[in-house]
Parts: sequence; C-alpha cells; structure tokens
Amino acid sequence: MAVPANLKYTTEHEWLLIEGDFATVGITQYAADQLGDVVFVELPETDSAIEGGVVVGEIESTKSVGELIAPANGTVIESNQAVVDSPELVNSDPFGEGWLVKVRLDSAPENLLDAAAYDALTAE
Amino acid sequence: MTQLSASHNELTQPRFSPLHRIHEDAGATFTDFAGWQMPVRYTSDLAEHHAVRNAAGIFDISHMAEIIVEGPDAASFLDYALAGKLSAVKIGQAKYSLLLSERGTVIDDLVVYRRSEEKFFVVANAGNRYAAVDALQERAAEFSGVGVSGSGVSGSGVSGSGVSGITVTVTVTDQSDETALIAVQGPRALEILEATAGLASASPLEPLKYYWSVEGDFTDADGSAPVLIGRTGYTGEDGFELYIDADRAESLWRALSSAGAEFGLVAAGLACRDTLRLEAGMPLYGHELSLDIFPAQAGLGRVVALSKEGDFVGREGTEIGPAEGSWVLVGLSAEGKRAARAGYEIFAEQEAGSPDAPAGAPTSVPADIPAGIVTSGALSPTLGHPIALAYVDPALAEVGTEVSVDIRGKRMNFHVSTLPFYKREKK
Repeated sequence: MAVPANLKYTTEHEWLLIEGDFATVGITQYAADQLGDVVFVELPETDSAIEGGVVVGEIESTKSVGELIAPANGTVIESNQAVVDSPELVNSDPFGEGWLVKVRLDSAPENLLDAAAYDALTAE
Repeated sequence: MTQLSASHNELTQPRFSPLHRIHEDAGATFTDFAGWQMPVRYTSDLAEHHAVRNAAGIFDISHMAEIIVEGPDAASFLDYALAGKLSAVKIGQAKYSLLLSERGTVIDDLVVYRRSEEKFFVVANAGNRYAAVDALQERAAEFSGVGVSGSGVSGSGVSGSGVSGITVTVTVTDQSDETALIAVQGPRALEILEATAGLASASPLEPLKYYWSVEGDFTDADGSAPVLIGRTGYTGEDGFELYIDADRAESLWRALSSAGAEFGLVAAGLACRDTLRLEAGMPLYGHELSLDIFPAQAGLGRVVALSKEGDFVGREGTEIGPAEGSWVLVGLSAEGKRAARAGYEIFAEQEAGSPDAPAGAPTSVPADIPAGIVTSGALSPTLGHPIALAYVDPALAEVGTEVSVDIRGKRMNFHVSTLPFYKREKK
C-alpha cells in the first residue's frame, strides 16, 4: 500500500506534513486499519506544550486504544475538532480530513521515515 | 487466553478454519483467537455490528470445539460431569451449561444439544477444547469405574441412573477437527435460512424455539451432508448456528451468503461478535469466567442444578461456594464515549462516607483501593455510550450504585446497570 510521498512517517505509524516550523500530524492508513473503527478521539488542547515521544492523545476503536505520540517538542496550535466530533474520519480519510493536530515545532523531528521506508516497514 | 494446555503443542502453530480461503478472498483482517487465525473483521466492525442488529450477519466460528457424548448412559453421565441436569433436556433441545472443577469454579461454559435419547453434542470454547475433552474423558472413566464396581449406593450419582450395575457405557469423542460451525444471526436470519438453496430441515424452522435445534441436511453438487441447525447464538438477536462437516463448510457458506444477499446479510467477524455479546450481557470465558470464578459470582448460580439427584463434579465446591465478600459480576454504564476496558480498576466513589453524599457507596468500601475490575468493555455501538462487565465488591453491586473506573489514569464515573444492556424486541 503506497502512502503519500509528500509526508514523513514515524515508526509509531504517524504521519507528518512538515511546512517550515509547522507540522500537521495524523495516523497512517495502516494504523487506522489495525485499530478498526475509531469511535473516540481525544486530542491535546490548543496552546498546550508537547514533548517529543510523550503520549498526547488517544484514538480508541471498538476493540483497542491507540496513542497519539508527540513527534517532537513543540506547541499545539490546532486540534482537529471535526475528528473529535466524527472519529470515523480517521478511518475514512486518515491522510486528509482525519488529521489530528497541527503543531509548531521547537526543532525538527528526528528519525523520520520517507514514504518508501515507511512502506517497507509496514510490508514486513 | 491463558487456559491453553501446554501438553498440546499443535496449538503453538496457527490453525486455520475450513473457511479460511473464503475469508482471505473477502479481504478479512485476521486475529489470533486461542491459536486460530480467525476473521476479526471484513470491512468495518461497526457496520458488521449494525448489520446483525438490523438485518443479519454470517459468522465463521469453526474454532469452537464439538464433542460427542453418546451411549446408553450418556444422559446420566452428563448429569455427573456437568453442572446442569442434562438428563431433563428433551431431544432437540439445547442447554447452556458449565463444566466445573472439583472446587466448583468454571473450567468452561458450554452449549449442549440433545440429538437423541443417547447422543449429546457438547460445544466448548476453542481455548478450552482440550481442557473440556480431557475432563469429560476422565469423568467418563471415573463414572464407568463407579458403575462397574457397583458402589452406586455410596451416593455417587450412579444409583439413580438406571444402570444395571454391571457396565456403564458412554463414549466421549472430540469431533472439533471434522466439524465446521457457521452462525447466521440477526432479525432476517430465519428468512435467509429458508431461502438457502440445498438446505433442508426435518421440521420447519419458523416455529423452532430459542435454544431448540433440528436435524437437517445440505445438498449441493457433491451430494448431501447432515447439518445440525440450532436456534442458538451469541449476539442477543434471533439466529441460527449450523454444524456441518468441515469439508462441506465452504459450499454451505456460499449458499447462505448467496441467499442472504437480498436480506442484507454481511460477513461478520469476531470484533463485532464481541460487542454484540457484550451488549447482550453474555459472558466470555477468559474474561467473565475462569477457574477462579464460581458460577454464583457470575450470576450463573441457577445453571448449577444443586437439586438434581446424585453427586456431580463440583457439587461440594458449589455448596461451600466463594469466600464471603467475593466480587460479583455487574453491568456498568457511563455517559460519554470513553470505554472502560478489560483490566481497568474500579473504585468506590470518592464521596462515599461523606455525610452529605448519600448517593455514594457504602462507607465500608474505601475509595482508595480497588473495589472491582472490568472484565469486558466497549463503547456500545447500538446504545452509543460505554458499557462494561465487571467484578465488584458486593457492597457496590446494587443497580444504580455510582463507581469510578480508572481509565488510563483518569477516573471516570460509571453506574451499575441492569443486564442485559440490549434486549431485542420480541415480535
């Protein structure tokens, strides 16, 4: 399954759209498929500080709980209220309308994968 | 699942249902269940859940274990080996029962179909297959030994069984590998079975009552194969379970699916089976039931027929019962969307003991140490709010009692609610 080439990925199955100091973050199609139907999403509040590697939100399906892990230190500038209201967006459009948070990064995230590397990871 | 027997090392290799190819072709996602690779969902577990509530779903549950108990003394043997009075079950009837340990705790929960005067069909959980087969075979040997020795007068249960005192004849045969099990569940299930090409039953299905069964057969180009059709299930809906030879399962699945298309039948996986049974308040072995649980704690005291004649395995343990104050099974409900899941701890409300908070828990239950544990929980797809099954301190078990559940570090309010959470409207 080819993932969008313009995004960067983490081994925690999150994607980042990096634009300068800002990043939009979501979970990948692979992660959404593994979770099953998402029924509840909790996201960090706007203006809250986040710390790279720390859990800042939850994505719950009927069967399990996925964690949103901050990809780097930074500040939340927007949480996707549409996803909180309609968690199924995470399944139906994980790389688009199902985005989770926009953050201002204190520094560039490390150890990100490009699309080819992420595809290779999930093909294992 | 923790109850796998280490002595059966074939369980270390994944096992596949006779319908595996069909599931792969349908694009199913698989999960390990008691060593079996079974479909967890085909597309969306929520859509599959709603389909079963509103139309119908077809499930492959071939991982379940099927054990034949037969012989002239099969009925009296099962009275000895199981918790219920199986000798009182009529031919064609099914009965939910329990396989108890000597101590009176639960080795497995079972459905037993009586297929003739001398033949019973015992359906056990996949993860308990060997535990159930081993226990039944051991008990058959004990039971026969007691009968042969003529010691029935000792109150061992043989005295009332009609045994001549010379031989006791019962055989226990594990037929799990040869048997496939397909469930069709939902309000349209009857119409679907009636419309299925090649499927015939010895008597009409429409008047068949819940927990009754009928012998049938399924005929396709390869010929005719026997099918046991039970009006049983694990979803809280009307529905049927069909037992057929494993090598004919694919053909039956296709025939049912084909007939069901116009009624909205969808293939349904184990994920929705779990949310469906949870809404229906049905226990799942390994969650609500285990070797540490007495039936009385799980609200299943009535399943143990203490009034039946003679001894049975677990009678003495049942009479002693669980320790005073043992936790009991309750249903929990909450507002919001956040599910309490298996393993989460339950606490008495913080207000308990405060004189101006009369609605809280009794003061005997401290609010700072766990007073219960969630065994199953989900955001109910049908009801739209969180539901859970949980064991709690008996002081917290009354319907309406407010408790808090530690959901990954946050205390959320739940209240004890009546079971089942969901009950279908009877026509």
